[in-house]
Amino acid sequence: MTGNWKSPALYAAILAFGVAAPFLFPGYTTQIAILWMMILFALTWDIAGGQMGYNSLGNIFFFGAGMYLSAVIQVGMFTDVGTYTSARGGEQLVLGYGDYFVSVFAGMAVAAVGCVLFAIVIGWVMFGLRGPYFAIGTLGIALSARELASTWEWIGGGSGIAMPVYPGLPDEKSQVSYIILFVLAILTFLSVRWLYTTRFGLAINAIRDDEEKAEAMGVHTTRYKIIAWSVSAFFLGMSGAVFGNMTGFVEPMEVAFPTVTFGIFMVVMSLLGGKGTLWGPVIGATVFHIIKEVTWTYMLGWQWVALGVLIIVNVVFFQQGIMGWAQDKWPEFFGIEVEEASAAGDEEAA
Amino acid sequence: MGAMIEVRNVSKAFGGVQANQDVSMDVTEGGITGLIGPNGSGKTTLFNSIVGYHPIDGGSIRFEGQEISKFRVPQIARLGMLRTFQQTRIYGNMNCVKNMLISVPHRSMGFLEIFGDHSTQELEKAEHLLEFVGLYGKRKLMAGDLSFGQQKLLEFAMALMNDPKVLLLDEPTAGINPTLINGLIDRLKRANEEFGITLFVIEHNMRVIMNLAEHIYCLAHGEMLAEGTPETIRNDQRVIDAYLGAH
Repeated sequence: MTGNWKSPALYAAILAFGVAAPFLFPGYTTQIAILWMMILFALTWDIAGGQMGYNSLGNIFFFGAGMYLSAVIQVGMFTDVGTYTSARGGEQLVLGYGDYFVSVFAGMAVAAVGCVLFAIVIGWVMFGLRGPYFAIGTLGIALSARELASTWEWIGGGSGIAMPVYPGLPDEKSQVSYIILFVLAILTFLSVRWLYTTRFGLAINAIRDDEEKAEAMGVHTTRYKIIAWSVSAFFLGMSGAVFGNMTGFVEPMEVAFPTVTFGIFMVVMSLLGGKGTLWGPVIGATVFHIIKEVTWTYMLGWQWVALGVLIIVNVVFFQQGIMGWAQDKWPEFFGIEVEEASAAGDEEAA
Repeated sequence: MGAMIEVRNVSKAFGGVQANQDVSMDVTEGGITGLIGPNGSGKTTLFNSIVGYHPIDGGSIRFEGQEISKFRVPQIARLGMLRTFQQTRIYGNMNCVKNMLISVPHRSMGFLEIFGDHSTQELEKAEHLLEFVGLYGKRKLMAGDLSFGQQKLLEFAMALMNDPKVLLLDEPTAGINPTLINGLIDRLKRANEEFGITLFVIEHNMRVIMNLAEHIYCLAHGEMLAEGTPETIRNDQRVIDAYLGAH
């Protein structure tokens, strides 16, 4: 979206909604908090998937890895992790406000840094793969992490880890989670918006358009690819840490590595909104989250069918997504120049 | 002036097909060297071997005295040896200016510079070079929307943006409108003279290569058949036979 008054007005409106929402719709605080997380999911997926052309199906790995890292750190700060998990939730950590928040932020920090390290190491191997092989390879990472987590007894295996108990009331807890996720989503958006204006943004676009050409021009392609994934991992790791604390219980199948729900939603939201655009993932996540909540409420039993239909229609008939479609329709609004071919065509027709 | 690229006894086979056999040649620093040969004679294979696109089976390739036959494509590009493609390659979903801005030299790019924006000088240089190839008026258009000939000019401008020491051009005039070819030859010569870029050109169009190159090599069946000035090559019976298929 181009300069002038439109952008500031839009940002102000989104910010105002974000701040007012928990007061206006107190019953939906958790739902809207998850919307911010969905926006973070779509934005981080689109860095590699949309802007760089590397479609990962395994980004959920960083979400789960961040969640487990923070769980282990938060528990490990106060007691022995192995003893704690072998009690199978028999004892839960009850902390004061000070200790609780210190542990949450320490967990988030370790999750962020740890996931960046994971992205560097795994990216070094995975970015040798191209196209569908990369997609399947990353899916394999997420699935094997899930299996690994469910057999590793020290972190609770299939029974999981109970997170420290929030010291206040449940409503207060969902407000705190809301604030952290809202701030994280804003930070993610501002970071990618800035990144796309730098050399980094140009380089990953070049890799998307023709990686072989970029290599022939001397671009450090491997370096850029790993940085792109590390940025995704950084924010996904933190969102995982927050979500673990939000649910209060971390287990591998449904909470930490939900590959066929959150893991696929990331991709679908970016495609729906328009991959490779800044606003596409934001719009896609919002539309998708609303459709998902509405179908879950009014079409219970058919909700997965409805989502499946949405995905099929999107992929078959609407590949450019909402933002891509808008850019085709009103290019001048987005500052894209096209050749005046239609005018000449009209003259010929006449 | 000495040899910038020294190719010695390079061989390359694809399965049973011997694409290059014991090829030796030099690219003179500051000059324009030509490479000709009938279709399938191994010209592009030799180019690909030099720029590190595939490993060679034997022999040695030196660039400014440094052995580069084990290096990979981006490393060689960062040393200052750049190639353009026979099938023109540009970044289709980016506009021309962005195509130019990402083509800056990457040899000294530090880690933090990755997160910097382009400088004013870089933008001026990009626009200047787009003007040099005659694409300034189309600089805001998506590169993928340009015609084939315009894409070829853009690819050439992108290569100049990279400040290469030597530029390997794979059929720069193929597919270009004949009236534009003279303009392109002129620009290639100016790039060589004004910017001091050594050129190494594969070309099918005899009129073009005879006008352009100072020294020409001719490949046939993967082996070096003849070399010399345009005049020598033009009158070499073996070259004429290779092109007319007398065997």
